[in-house]
Amino acid sequence: MTFALFLQHLANALSLGSLYALIAIGYTMVYGILRLINFAHGDVFMLGAYLAFYSVATFLLPWWAAFLVAIVVTAAFGVLLERVAYRPLRDSPRISVMISAIGASFLIENVGIVVFGGRPKGVAVPDVMNVKLSAGGISVMSVSLVIPILTFAVLAVLLWVVHKTKTGMAMRAVSTDLDAARLQAIDVNRIISFTFGAGSLLAAVGGIMWSYKYPQLNPLMGVMPGLKCFIAAVIGGIGSIPGAVLGGFLLGGIELLTLAFLPTLTGYRDAFAFVLLIVVLLVKPSGLLGGSQIEKV
Amino acid sequence: MALLSTERVTMRFGGLTAVSGLGVRIEKDEIVGLIGPNGAGKTTAFNVITGMNRPTEGRVLFAGEEITGLPRHEIARRGIARTFQNIRLFKELSVLENVLVGCHMQLGANLFEATLHLPGYRRREREARAFALDLLREVGLASNADELATSLPYGKQRRLEIVRALATRPSMLLLDEPAAGMNPQESIELMHFIQRIRDQFGLTVLLIEHHMQVVMGVCHRIYVLEYGETIAEGDPAAIQNDPKVIEAYLGAP
Amino acid sequence: MKLQRTHVYSLIATAAVAGFLGVADATFDAFALRVLDLCGIYVVLALSLNLVNGFTGLFSLGHAGFMAVGAYTCALLTMTPEQKEMNFFLEPIAPWLANLSIPFVPALVVAGIVAAALGFLIAAPALRLRDDYLAIATLGFAEIIRVILTNTQSITNGALGLKGLPKFATTGVVWACAALSVAFMVLLTRSAYGRALKAVRDDEIAAGAMGVNVFRTKVVSFTVSSFMAGVGGALLGHLLTTIDPKMFTFMLTFNILLVVVLGGIGSITGSVIAAIGVTILMEALRFLDGPLDLGVFQLEARPGLRMVAFSALLMGVVLFRQRGLMGNREFSWAMLSRARVLPRKGGPAGSGGGTHGVA
Repeated sequence: MTFALFLQHLANALSLGSLYALIAIGYTMVYGILRLINFAHGDVFMLGAYLAFYSVATFLLPWWAAFLVAIVVTAAFGVLLERVAYRPLRDSPRISVMISAIGASFLIENVGIVVFGGRPKGVAVPDVMNVKLSAGGISVMSVSLVIPILTFAVLAVLLWVVHKTKTGMAMRAVSTDLDAARLQAIDVNRIISFTFGAGSLLAAVGGIMWSYKYPQLNPLMGVMPGLKCFIAAVIGGIGSIPGAVLGGFLLGGIELLTLAFLPTLTGYRDAFAFVLLIVVLLVKPSGLLGGSQIEKV
Repeated sequence: MALLSTERVTMRFGGLTAVSGLGVRIEKDEIVGLIGPNGAGKTTAFNVITGMNRPTEGRVLFAGEEITGLPRHEIARRGIARTFQNIRLFKELSVLENVLVGCHMQLGANLFEATLHLPGYRRREREARAFALDLLREVGLASNADELATSLPYGKQRRLEIVRALATRPSMLLLDEPAAGMNPQESIELMHFIQRIRDQFGLTVLLIEHHMQVVMGVCHRIYVLEYGETIAEGDPAAIQNDPKVIEAYLGAP
Repeated sequence: MKLQRTHVYSLIATAAVAGFLGVADATFDAFALRVLDLCGIYVVLALSLNLVNGFTGLFSLGHAGFMAVGAYTCALLTMTPEQKEMNFFLEPIAPWLANLSIPFVPALVVAGIVAAALGFLIAAPALRLRDDYLAIATLGFAEIIRVILTNTQSITNGALGLKGLPKFATTGVVWACAALSVAFMVLLTRSAYGRALKAVRDDEIAAGAMGVNVFRTKVVSFTVSSFMAGVGGALLGHLLTTIDPKMFTFMLTFNILLVVVLGGIGSITGSVIAAIGVTILMEALRFLDGPLDLGVFQLEARPGLRMVAFSALLMGVVLFRQRGLMGNREFSWAMLSRARVLPRKGGPAGSGGGTHGVA
């Protein structure tokens, strides 16, 4: 293949990787604090996209207003989800919380099917995202450039919050040892709510940008990306935000570049992530940037 | 030849050295104590001996064979049993069933014969039950046999854990803070209990303990750890008068 | 072995159930019979999931994968060459499969064995992982299996699936399998091996210290569970007479998980009751997916409402009554004695059968 074509694929991989990264961050933050796989995270992603869609289609808001409304409402929903589905089970065996997460995920998906309808809906991509940019033989849609830039901006803000603010320090304390943090007069509930809110906000951003790049919505659109992004978080080191971003890019890159070089494997596309997951879990379960965890006997 | 010995055992977790250069020797029929301030590495030493952790350096030898890094069940099979600092009973099983799990090795049942309740298996199960009930009777828990293990009061749970370990027919018993949470009266009873089971079952005992009464009263020899290092070794009288030990516990004068 | 009172009760109950099934087979219409048989299949599936999740404490989400493997194996083994040729019109079937055709019961066993072999292969790496990682890894394996089944056109007919499977899953076969599953589970859980499983579930570190080979126990449990899942999948395929990869998604695992949670993780009785109850409820609530006549106003058809109800049900159970219907207790005739439905065993000592069905 020509170098130009390779660059084209690379550009696509970069934007897909950024989308994965945005969603993976949410998984890793929640897991870092609660040791919980938030199965419903992918569906929160879907909600963000739909909320933006309806804000434009039904309430006729300009796209940027719809964007803001959607991410805020989705963040609030994330907080609500934690309050209803996870907090009551905080002291229960892990299996119960996981079942609750799975139940919540299915509930959101099926409510989505009932309320939004199962048929795919077409998204009106804002003009600024729809510009075709060409240079040196390759062309990308502007949205494909906006996404990575947005992702890195978000990452920068998040890292600043986590390392340079009191809330961030509290988050790190809670993720290291929840009970100890409680004893230090940290309002653990508030921190957890904040984490869910932030993670859901990022998922919504990811969802809306996803809908600009792949402008078709359906209530189950979050299932596969959700699973893949959790895998990305695991690959990068679950609990580590830079790890989630790294994992996201790695996964996006491997997925698209493998297809670029071996197009006959298109049917197996979804399996790549899972194969990669199993390899990582066998070789280095703590992920690329993760530390090891010791259980005290 | 010592029944159990460790050679230069060192255990590092990342940047933390929990145990350094541990060299203990325990002769058959001895009751040996392992003491030291919190965080000294005592439970880590237990974990290394019983296969919970593979030591970063060093070897562990039991009855003349090396057991370093063997899996837990393999070590149990060779005759080393233990109890845990935080009681680890099987929560959803009854008192009797907890002890019966200890008999697992002696039952040697595979899936096939157990599921089909073949005659050979049924006989061994009956024998195991009788054995388990006898053990429970020794400690006065026979009347609680069918109760849920976690419904017992704390002191009885500790006894159950020891009895469960005894069911594995060990030659060596490792007790991790058996007197934790006990009042002086109970501690003395425990002391007598340890001596009695050692005589009755021909055991060698290694125990971690903070209750000095129990340690001084029942141990033949004592090792003292601090920050992972062995700072003293000897009989109770020598240890009580050792200046390094006093300093470790009470701080420099 | 003496014939105790409880044994007599059990024999009478078994005869009654068998009698009921015989009558049903003769008198029920096709639809009702299908629901009845579906209940039986779900009993098998629920018990297989409960074995690994409830009794061994391993959170495995890969059940649909083993079911798929079992279903396809059995289908490919029992379809006649003519049926195969009809199905594989896009791409001809692999030559070594074309003329392969064996009777149903051996095929069922082979299906189970193939699923078990797959389970064994997956168990070795996957069971070293902690609970949540195990869940995702098994989910991943199930998805990989599904993707492979969708893409191996010459073996599985890919996304088109297989239609016109011979209807071998009769009431007799299905419920015989269900009965065998129940019997097996009862015998297993009351044995020393069952004790070892529960010990591993409750505290695997302590179990290891007591001499239980924890890893091997987990692998055996997982493999046996996969065998049962494979058989269940095969039965399902031959009841519905058509299979395709889209049937075996996580949603299917979810349905079985729902049954197990509702019935009580770690209770055989619970799984049986819940399997029957949920299957019937699934059919009964089908009306939710269609137009609703609420008297005052009509709601147009809203497909998906049924699953909303079930998702809400699952969450309700896990939030408000975690232990499900039976918790981890089992049915015992003594329960009915205590409730004065049956006469008590004589004497002031009262009835036997404690909270764990130790009988």
